[in-house]
Amino acid sequence: MADTMSLNDVNSMYFDVLKEIGNIGAGNATTALAQMLGTKVDMSVPQVSLLEFKDVGEIVGGEELIMVGILLGVEGDITGSIMFMIEKEGARHLTNKLMMGMGASQPGEDFNEMELSALREVGNIITGAYLNALSGLTNLCIYPSTPDLTVDMAGAILSVPAIQFGIQGDQILLIKNNFFDEVELDGFFILLPDVESYGTILKALGISSL
Amino acid sequence: MAEIVKVGMADLNLCQAPDGITTLGLGSCVGVALREPGKPWGGLAHVMLPDSTAINSNGPVNIPKFADTGVDELIKRMVGKGCNKAKLVAKIAGGAQMFAHTTNDKMMRVGDRNVEAVKKKLAQHHIPILAEDTGLNYGRTVIFYPETGDFVIRSVGKPDKTI
Repeated sequence: MADTMSLNDVNSMYFDVLKEIGNIGAGNATTALAQMLGTKVDMSVPQVSLLEFKDVGEIVGGEELIMVGILLGVEGDITGSIMFMIEKEGARHLTNKLMMGMGASQPGEDFNEMELSALREVGNIITGAYLNALSGLTNLCIYPSTPDLTVDMAGAILSVPAIQFGIQGDQILLIKNNFFDEVELDGFFILLPDVESYGTILKALGISSL
Repeated sequence: MAEIVKVGMADLNLCQAPDGITTLGLGSCVGVALREPGKPWGGLAHVMLPDSTAINSNGPVNIPKFADTGVDELIKRMVGKGCNKAKLVAKIAGGAQMFAHTTNDKMMRVGDRNVEAVKKKLAQHHIPILAEDTGLNYGRTVIFYPETGDFVIRSVGKPDKTI
């Protein structure tokens, strides 16, 4: 099938594309976060990395680091998922801001229902920002569906995108975004198009498949 | 002083008693530990996908990535160290479903499918599974000690358990 490409073929072309998406997406996400939190939020230049499975745990801060992982299905002209990850106590900083200190759980504790709800909202907004970037760049109709959230070890959360990438290759493509509010937060974003959708994305960007 | 050998994602290794061997953050992946009781060698594989034959890849197969090739290779290495295959025993962990909704059908139940593939391969080699901590929806870190056969499971928000 013309649209089916191996990740290795795709990588070199896709990498620069992802940098672009990373830049625009991060810009959108920062603006959205600032609006949500009612404060100024800065960001540094997003880093896009193509990583061996064994290295990705270290990049996010360690395989056993407890993180919030948000996974959204993607539908429309492309299908697949997108994932956003942020370290748990960094996420707590966001929820505290959103809830303005009311009904917050203590550092180190599990999030309560209200906080989980706020986190899903944050996740929706941030991933929506990246999807808008992708949509804008490609003129494809792309929208999120079925969000899901988990709080667990980074390695366990990362197994989900890693396995998806693992179907086609041995590396994972990751965008790291640094947000500065009063504290520095690292957000990690992984775009997981289904195999068929890689070709669609590249074609839409005018990069011909082989 | 006993050391802990670390195994990464899509990786496998052996250790020698009194050392232990660990892999961190098993989500939908499965950790497979092998030993021959009485021998000092222990092996651990961290596999990600069930079946190497299901995928058309251009290059050589990444052996530890798949349950079928990974378990075969782990057994081969243990036998290479002088273990008797007929006496090998296994313990397994992982294969969780980390997120409730999975839209991509290749990813559907991949945790369960990994567990099934590991069990099938171990059964082919007539290696009994003495204990397992698999499925459900949370991540696991495992540490295996071949000297005792202890398989320690660590998960967020739960006390450590040894199976």
